[in-house]
Amino acid sequence: MNKGDLILKLRGVSKQFGAVTALQDIELDVHAGEVVALVGDNGAGKSTLIKVLAGVHQPTAGTIEWCGQPVSLDSPGTALELGIATVFQDLALCENLDVVSNLFLGHEIDPWALDEVQMEVRAWTLLQELAARIPSVREPIASLSGGQRQTVAIARSLLLDPKIIMLDEPTAALGVAQTAEVLNLIERVRDRGHGVILISHNMEDVRAVADRIVVLRLGQNNGVFTNETSHQELVAAITGAAENSVSKRMARKQEEASA
Amino acid sequence: MSDASQRLDRADSRVRHDEGIAGALRALIDRVRSGDLGMLPVIVGLIVISVVFSTLNPVFLAPNNLVNLLFDAAAIGLISLGVVCVLLLGEIDLSIGSMSGLSSALVGVLWVNTGVPVALAILGAVLAGMVVGLIYGFLRNKFEMPSFVATLSGLLALLGLQLYLLGSTGSINLPYTSALVKFGQILIMPDWLSYLAAILPGVLMVFFGLKTMARRRAANLSSAGRSVLFAKAGLLTAGLLFCVYYLNLGRGVPWMFGVFTLFVIALDYALRRTKWGRSMFAVGGNAEAARRSGISVQKIRLSAFALCSSLAALGGVFAASRLASASQQAGTGDVNLNAIAAAVIGGTSLFGGRGSAWSALLGVIVIQAISNGLTLLNLSSSLRYMITGAVLAIAVIVDSLARRSRARHGRA
Repeated sequence: MNKGDLILKLRGVSKQFGAVTALQDIELDVHAGEVVALVGDNGAGKSTLIKVLAGVHQPTAGTIEWCGQPVSLDSPGTALELGIATVFQDLALCENLDVVSNLFLGHEIDPWALDEVQMEVRAWTLLQELAARIPSVREPIASLSGGQRQTVAIARSLLLDPKIIMLDEPTAALGVAQTAEVLNLIERVRDRGHGVILISHNMEDVRAVADRIVVLRLGQNNGVFTNETSHQELVAAITGAAENSVSKRMARKQEEASA
Repeated sequence: MSDASQRLDRADSRVRHDEGIAGALRALIDRVRSGDLGMLPVIVGLIVISVVFSTLNPVFLAPNNLVNLLFDAAAIGLISLGVVCVLLLGEIDLSIGSMSGLSSALVGVLWVNTGVPVALAILGAVLAGMVVGLIYGFLRNKFEMPSFVATLSGLLALLGLQLYLLGSTGSINLPYTSALVKFGQILIMPDWLSYLAAILPGVLMVFFGLKTMARRRAANLSSAGRSVLFAKAGLLTAGLLFCVYYLNLGRGVPWMFGVFTLFVIALDYALRRTKWGRSMFAVGGNAEAARRSGISVQKIRLSAFALCSSLAALGGVFAASRLASASQQAGTGDVNLNAIAAAVIGGTSLFGGRGSAWSALLGVIVIQAISNGLTLLNLSSSLRYMITGAVLAIAVIVDSLARRSRARHGRA
């Protein structure tokens, strides 16, 4: 896989939940070695799209191509096998299991006689790469803080050396240093030739790492931008109007400042 | 230890690392305080039961009475072992009693009435159990039918089938000279074998413990220290040796209980050391998270229900061999509740995701001790039912309180 090769191609993907159309005619390309940010307001369909790609939901219509081959992502297992790893917004960790068990869940080393020593060593190396501050990998997840859980979820997605990693709001629960680490990590993953899909409400983070910014609005594509695009333009695309609450507020603030 | 701080898992200075025997004790006290009770309820329960019943009737602690107690415990214990599997997923099986009764009827009809070889008859009964379990799993997976409803309807259906099979006579006597009945009534391990069985766990514990320790050291991980390992193994061996010595003062250790223990060991290995076991805990803790990790939640459910009903069927065979008959009463009454109560008392949570195979063994000894003690006091079954019901209620309350305490202390 060379940098710039098309890994994932979505055409006309739609998803309906009963009468509600969560996604309609979505197009999305992800290339090797690129960070695609997926932005949009609440209810724009970002998380639904992520879940379709993770095999959690099945699309109602449309085609998904993986490295040029049409594929059907009919279960989370299929997506993981292809090489799509996901960090879900709700993290999807088992609170009753310890960190090592969660990291290796579903992909344990030596299924008939679990190799706990090797798994623990891999766990510590992985967490150290992320500069994570986890006190002990033998404590149940329930005893960890929100940020620590987030780190565990991110570490888990890297375990299988995926081709694409999808992060749904990865920095929402993180401290300053850890946010920087996650952004570094995203760049490191990209430089290794993987594709990254990043969902975030934090425009600063998005513009810091994204090569392309794909805007979703009400379940539909609403333009593709780069990190050169101005903040106002992005907000306009996200909210669907140049005249919106964010721009009004900024204009008011500017007026107040000049007055 | 000068290199301790360089070990992979000892880099974080905020964590207190307990070293040596004192440290192990301190960690144990911390765990109990936060609601991780482990074996504590069983030990307290057994002490209370022994004191109460032996003051009321000194025969209770006599070696031969304890041997009988172990004979009686094996059948319920096997059924309870299956219950552990479904409880781990946060499901329940209320038809285990009926399943065990049906299985004893099947063995009676196939073996005594039809003349099928006994081994094949037992195999048939266990396979029937597996099929019933697969049906429960299918109903749960396909129609999201709550397992307590599916198995409650199963309770009645299986009981009906049992009555139908036994027909008008109502019970089938198993031949007294057969190996199956001997197994349930008189087969005792030779003394030397029982002592060997008491020493082996400690030896294996030290052997594998030292091996793991060496591997962890080589991988630059910390390990709990030899003193703790030797202390644990020593305590275990001393305890087991005393039990075996005491039982050998009477008739000795029943083979039936030994076979049951082997099943417990096998399930314990499967739950703790295999991918299947890890998946069981994961599904019980957070089914959606398990699904997103690529675990087939449906297959795990099927396996748990099938295992539960198969073990219930085998428990029914044990019960039939103990009583030397397959009757309409087999598996009715308090069998269901005793098996579930045993698992919960032993420390398997009703809420899923927590428990161990050993809880079946420990819990069933408590339950059987109560039932045995009450029988010695010549109490009627009406009182026995009430007391067993109360014990189950107390066990569930302890489980709920411990769970709340764990949540407060940030443990699952």
